[in-house]
Amino acid sequence: MAKGFVVISAERCKGCGFCVEFCPTKVLALASAFNSKGYHPPHVVNSDKCSGCDLCGMYCPDFAIFGARNAR
Amino acid sequence: MSDTLLEVLPEIPEDAHNPVEPFLRMDRMPHIWCPGCGIGTTVNCFARALQSSQVDLKKTVIVSGIGCTGRVAGYANLDSFHTTHGRAIPFATGMKLANPELNVVVYSGDGDLFAIGGNHFIHAARRNMDIKVVCVNNMIYAMTGGQTAPTTPGTSVTSTAPYGVYEPTFNLPALAEAAGASYVARWTTFHVKQVAKSMEEMMKKKGFCFIEIISPCPTLYQRRNKMGDALDAMKYYKEASKVRNGAPTSETTLSKTGEIVVGKFVDRDRPDYLEVLKAQMVSVLGDRYTEPENSCCEC
Ligand SMILES: Cc1ncc(C[n+]2csc(CCOP(=O)(O)OP(=O)(O)O)c2C)c(N)n1
Ligand code: SF4
Ligand code: SF4
Ligand code: SF4
Ligand SMILES: [Mg+2]
Repeated sequence: MAKGFVVISAERCKGCGFCVEFCPTKVLALASAFNSKGYHPPHVVNSDKCSGCDLCGMYCPDFAIFGARNAR
Repeated sequence: MSDTLLEVLPEIPEDAHNPVEPFLRMDRMPHIWCPGCGIGTTVNCFARALQSSQVDLKKTVIVSGIGCTGRVAGYANLDSFHTTHGRAIPFATGMKLANPELNVVVYSGDGDLFAIGGNHFIHAARRNMDIKVVCVNNMIYAMTGGQTAPTTPGTSVTSTAPYGVYEPTFNLPALAEAAGASYVARWTTFHVKQVAKSMEEMMKKKGFCFIEIISPCPTLYQRRNKMGDALDAMKYYKEASKVRNGAPTSETTLSKTGEIVVGKFVDRDRPDYLEVLKAQMVSVLGDRYTEPENSCCEC
């Protein structure tokens, strides 16, 4: 099981790509799907690698994503 | 979490929430800032600093001037004051004097704090007023359409400098140090951990503290200068920044595309305004001096 998980509020995302670029373990990629405002939100492509460090959350200017560590 | 989640992985606990949410007015989201605007990133750092410094949130106030950055006060879940353009610092000074128990944070833009508000900045620093000033420096008057600010680096094209800016700019850390600030640091929005740590230090430090955060404005600064999008700015910050804690502030001048010296430059102790005021009154008046009563109600 991965050390952490990431939660994405796709509707709040404006597609800047900060979270994708600066995730240290490349857990994320921008989706080809659009949200209702026309932005491409990130989706998880590598869930096993997520450490729950929440760097994505620190970078996200729209408070649309965060990571947390799994209990255990 | 009211929004639809694109990814709901089975292992996500139901009560998981973004750690910044308690510090923000989530009912006011989505905010007005453009895609990739760095202001929101600085707010994440501020939320974490409020948490890690363990300040009493009931005694912490945030004061902003006018501008895109000026909107921060309205999104922070604190007692928030959105004042007039350039006047956040005198407003904050008044609050501190009226109720010295408050932690007073000023959060505003480079134009607000250093053009129309520049005089207030230098005098609050000179007095070592115990207020904490965060400047989001996007190098432009963003909200009003991208006019030249005193921080716009040379040769940049702005709405008021179609042939390029030729005036020299302010070097904000040098200005703050020379005027007397107790704490001076500069980071960029790439340096999220360092910004959060500096903000934590600032919340714990007595006296006039100043943190400059270089931040992307893709809409009104970068677009006119063909500097790409916000992610390009973040990559530039990553590559061009050089951490030099304790660097002489004479060496921290910024340019359009050159090196960005970041770090903590000043951390010194000298009596703050209220201490000096009291010492002077006691020395002249002796027993006749009584501390002004704090007339603010308990809340
Ligand atoms: C007295 C007064 N003069 C001018 C303005 C117009 N005005 C609003 S915001 C602003 C500049 C904001 O620049 P900055 O502080 O850098 O904030 P940013 O939008 O870049 O975050 C100006 C000139 C005003 N609101 N009030
Ligand atoms: S950092 Fe936030 S706004 Fe930017 S792409 Fe990621 S989730 Fe979307
Ligand atoms: S929590 Fe850390 S590892 Fe997980 S997606 Fe976010 S940045 Fe990547
Ligand atoms: S105009 Fe610039 S500073 Fe203002 S919200 Fe947009 S990107 Fe941010
Ligand atoms: Mg500005």
